[in-house]
Amino acid sequence: MTLLELKDVHTYYGNIHALKGISLAVEKGEIVTLIGSNGAGKSTTLRTISGLLTPRHGEILLEGQRIDHLPAHEIVARGVLQAPEGRRIFPRLTVRENLEMGAYQRRDADGIQRDMERVFTLFPRLRERINQRGGTLSGGEQQMLAIGRALMGRPRVLLLDEPSMGLAPVLVEQIFNIIREINQQGTTILLVEQNARMALSIAHRGYVLETGRITLSGEGKSLLDNPKVKAAYLGEVGH
Amino acid sequence: MTLAGVFGPLGQVFVFVVGSAIVLSVITVLVAFLLRGTRTNVDLVQATLTILPQVIVDGLVRGFLFATIALGYTMVYGVLEFINFAHGEIFMVGAFSGAALGTVLAASGILNSIPPLLFVLIAVIVGMVVSGTLAMTIERVAYRPLRNAPRLVPLISAIGVSLLLQDGMRLIANVTGLGFNARFPTPNFGPPLQLAQIPTADGRTIPLILDVRALIFIAAATLMLIGLNYLVNATKMGTAIRAVAQDRPTASLMGINVNQIIALTFLIGGALGGAAGVLFGVRVGTVNPYIGFLPGLKAFTAAVLGGIGNIPGAMVGGIVLGFLEAFVASYLSLLTGGAFSGASYADIVAFAILILILIFRPSGLLGEAVAQKV
Repeated sequence: MTLLELKDVHTYYGNIHALKGISLAVEKGEIVTLIGSNGAGKSTTLRTISGLLTPRHGEILLEGQRIDHLPAHEIVARGVLQAPEGRRIFPRLTVRENLEMGAYQRRDADGIQRDMERVFTLFPRLRERINQRGGTLSGGEQQMLAIGRALMGRPRVLLLDEPSMGLAPVLVEQIFNIIREINQQGTTILLVEQNARMALSIAHRGYVLETGRITLSGEGKSLLDNPKVKAAYLGEVGH
Repeated sequence: MTLAGVFGPLGQVFVFVVGSAIVLSVITVLVAFLLRGTRTNVDLVQATLTILPQVIVDGLVRGFLFATIALGYTMVYGVLEFINFAHGEIFMVGAFSGAALGTVLAASGILNSIPPLLFVLIAVIVGMVVSGTLAMTIERVAYRPLRNAPRLVPLISAIGVSLLLQDGMRLIANVTGLGFNARFPTPNFGPPLQLAQIPTADGRTIPLILDVRALIFIAAATLMLIGLNYLVNATKMGTAIRAVAQDRPTASLMGINVNQIIALTFLIGGALGGAAGVLFGVRVGTVNPYIGFLPGLKAFTAAVLGGIGNIPGAMVGGIVLGFLEAFVASYLSLLTGGAFSGASYADIVAFAILILILIFRPSGLLGEAVAQKV
């Protein structure tokens, strides 16, 4: 069934029309990716879903229930969690405290402890750094922490904004393997990426975003083979 | 959320308390020693040492006063990067609520049958509730609607609230009969404690006394600082306050209700200010609607001195400023042979220090260079 659905969503920054009618759907259990170049509106889409921005027109539905116009913390309460662009780790909180903030709305101490163990199993590096301040971690470790922190909220849908940004290729590969693993453990994922090849290779379906509009959509594999996508986002010349 | 997180900052504060007391004492005695030849009628070193214990107690009281008020400035600055210039008046309203309680109890004739400590406890709780609620209300009415306005706008709003509270309290004090200079009735605390007899060179002794109310002030403020440290560093709520202070949008992505946390910050800061107001009133004995101005300004100085936004910094800044003032107020006159009357120079020194610190260490004693938020 459709877990998350956007219907003709328009978002503005002041007078700038950033999203010009986005419609997309994420089915339960999927990895869906949103690819596009800088400024296409990928992060804006995620910020609108999370309630940091309010759409001027359109609807955002979670399992058929409207969540647009809800404050951000209530959207989190409904199970939509985001690892934002640039990781946004709390620099002067420890790794443990950062993770605890991901579970802010939960009251089940045992469950929180179990999920923290799960995060440490996915990212053993974080266990080694548990009492270190977030700001002292490397970029890769911060990305792991950002994903782990969002997982601590037991997301029904996990929004990932550019997890590959600024990371060495070997780390990118590692992060994407873990994203796939998280999905295989049952978490639905909406992934925003500039690294289209990586994103499409693990996604069930994908959407291509250009200047606030969706111009293409399809299965991950078929988009990888699409000549337009190849030319514009995979750096290959069409043939 | 470890114990180290609680005791680390408190240890830091303790080091600064003891350190600044020792450093200032040594400097003062040294100056007295160097100047001893200039005076024939008194032994300067002896005179300096005789009043030293009282100066330190006085410094502690002033220091804790500034520290408890400074926390309100620094916590609000931490989450909003905004100076709540009405905070001095929140302190004043707390003092008045304690005075009102004392007056009511005195009028019904039961004030002196209440144990003094119990009275202080009740008055502090009343002051915390009144000031905490007031601070939260001010945020809701006067600051939150302006959250996205240019930065100067809420500042003007704060100055407006400050004037409103001063003159509003003046009106209330007159209408209710408390009076402009309202008495702060308390049960009798009894005579000051005699700690020791200090012998002087000419064979007399000077008693070393400690005012019970000063002791209560220091003890109560210490408890509050420990409590606040625990709340901020060892509870989930405190972690959320720090998260909101560090990155507001991301905190809301964690499911933190940012408005609620900001309101909570005003509640805590206001309650501390109100408690300080009551303790101040108990010690001084009278209150008026303008008593918030100077302590508020000095507490703001203390917050900047310690590093604005930094909680242990506010405590350290308050204590250091309190000691400086106490030493200047007590010793300047003595050491200069009366050329400068110390008490009136204390403020000059306090603000000169602020300017010097800002020039040489803009981020304050404990302030960190925090990267500009993106």
